[in-house]
Amino acid sequence: MRAYLPAYELKAPRDLGEALALLAREPGLWKPFAGGTDLMVLFAAGKLEHKKFLSLWQLKELKGIEVTPEAVTLGALTTYTEVLSHPVLASEFPLLGQAARETGGVATQNRGTLAGNIANASPAADSPPALLVYDAELELVSARGSRWVPYDAFHTGYKQMKLCPDELIRRLRLPRSSRPRQHYYRKVGTRKAQAISKVVFAGVAEVEGDTIRDLRLALGSVAPTVLRCRKTEDVLRGKSVEPATVALARTTLAEEISPIDDFRSTARYRRQISQNLLEDFLLSLQ
Amino acid sequence: MPEGGRVSIACKVNGHAHTLEVHPMARLLDLLRDELHLTGTKEGCGEGECGACSVLLDGELVNSCLVPALHADGADITTIEGIGGSSRLHAVQEAFITAGGAQCGICTPGMVLAAVNLLERNPNPTEEDVRTALAGNLCRCTGYVKIFDSVLRACQRTQAQT
Ligand SMILES: Cc1cc2nc3c(=O)[nH]c(=O)nc-3n(C[C@H](O)[C@H](O)[C@H](O)COP(=O)(O)OP(=O)(O)OC[C@H]3O[C@@H](n4cnc5c(N)ncnc54)[C@H](O)[C@@H]3O)c2cc1C
Ligand code: FES
Ligand code: FES
Repeated sequence: MRAYLPAYELKAPRDLGEALALLAREPGLWKPFAGGTDLMVLFAAGKLEHKKFLSLWQLKELKGIEVTPEAVTLGALTTYTEVLSHPVLASEFPLLGQAARETGGVATQNRGTLAGNIANASPAADSPPALLVYDAELELVSARGSRWVPYDAFHTGYKQMKLCPDELIRRLRLPRSSRPRQHYYRKVGTRKAQAISKVVFAGVAEVEGDTIRDLRLALGSVAPTVLRCRKTEDVLRGKSVEPATVALARTTLAEEISPIDDFRSTARYRRQISQNLLEDFLLSLQ
Repeated sequence: MPEGGRVSIACKVNGHAHTLEVHPMARLLDLLRDELHLTGTKEGCGEGECGACSVLLDGELVNSCLVPALHADGADITTIEGIGGSSRLHAVQEAFITAGGAQCGICTPGMVLAAVNLLERNPNPTEEDVRTALAGNLCRCTGYVKIFDSVLRACQRTQAQT
């Protein structure tokens, strides 16, 4: 059923301070509203829990991409289109661009934001696996102050996260690396454009000679949250890519993930594809 | 402001300035169709999937079914009516007619806006660029090939003119 308009409020605070003051005054009552590409879909379906929305779109404090020698810091409102047009992101964090390119079409990429993708907390979201393998950190702000948390520890369960009702995601930080890395990203869906992932896989590795010096793996749609796969990383770190290592990595990954059957795919397919993508990634390393 | 009350927004649509009293969560799509009677913008899915409601907002392609009225405040909007009409068609519209890019026509305004937006960003696209730019616009009639032909034909024509 279509939502009844007069029941809803959408307010546009002038600056971040005003937004945080409103959240502090009535925590939990106001729902942040960024590009609206998730919220408006729920709205159209009459499935929004909240009645009061706090527009972030106009807040300059949540915009912009800043590059320092140590890190690239992205405002919460950074859109997929902005990710795609940034040269440092393209050269050093290419998986984020790959995720952006495969997220919806141009119109969705123009309005959809990274913080919206994170806070919508879908286990099938496409940018979180890329953020996880790049060791992203999030800055959370409230009227009480600001704190940085590792993104890896942010999602605590299905649609659960370490975000207090009076807090907003303000920025994301990606530490830069001077060592050469190999990057791999694959989204498996029903069709190439506009499809939600059955499985999404992101991997980054540093290879020296034959040896995987370090690596990070993260998958989407295979657990209640997007998942950094540390156990699988552990059996691969310091190893060379040999058939026995690949086989061990495949079994470890199959145990580490917990995919389910749903309307998009089956647990069995998801487990098989996850293992195949891992192998494809490992065999691609040079 | 009373709870859930209307707010005043100012925006430009196809070059004309408007001040409107709207519910802040009303969809830009409804504002265009119902308040301004610009019915060239179509509703297909109402959930961001089909692109029938595409318009340009400050030069960027958006799905107007997902944009709340409040986010149109201060914006410069172009709908299909601002691209061209029966008295004067845009090169992309002409190409759709010549190459058979439109059948039932419900997807066409959105397709044309996505194509115009692409040609603004990239006047010389490859077929792959056209496919990517139109990936968010669904068509149930043409099978897409004639749509891609139309867009490529439009840029050849535009180039021939310049
Ligand atoms: C047609 C279509 C295709 C799509 N395809 C994909 C896809 O392929 N892959 C994919 O991952 N997603 C996809 N999406 C989903 C959506 O576009 C993304 O999740 C997008 O990044 C959401 O960002 P937003 O700014 O629009 O979020 P909004 O809808 O504004 O908000 C989403 C959630 O995040 C919260 N939020 C937003 N910003 C903040 C903040 N700064 N601090 C705290 N909370 C915040 C909101 O309260 C809300 O709960 C698609 C959506 C559509 C309509
Ligand atoms: S009606 Fe807006 S995308 Fe389908
Ligand atoms: S012409 Fe009918 S949907 Fe495209």
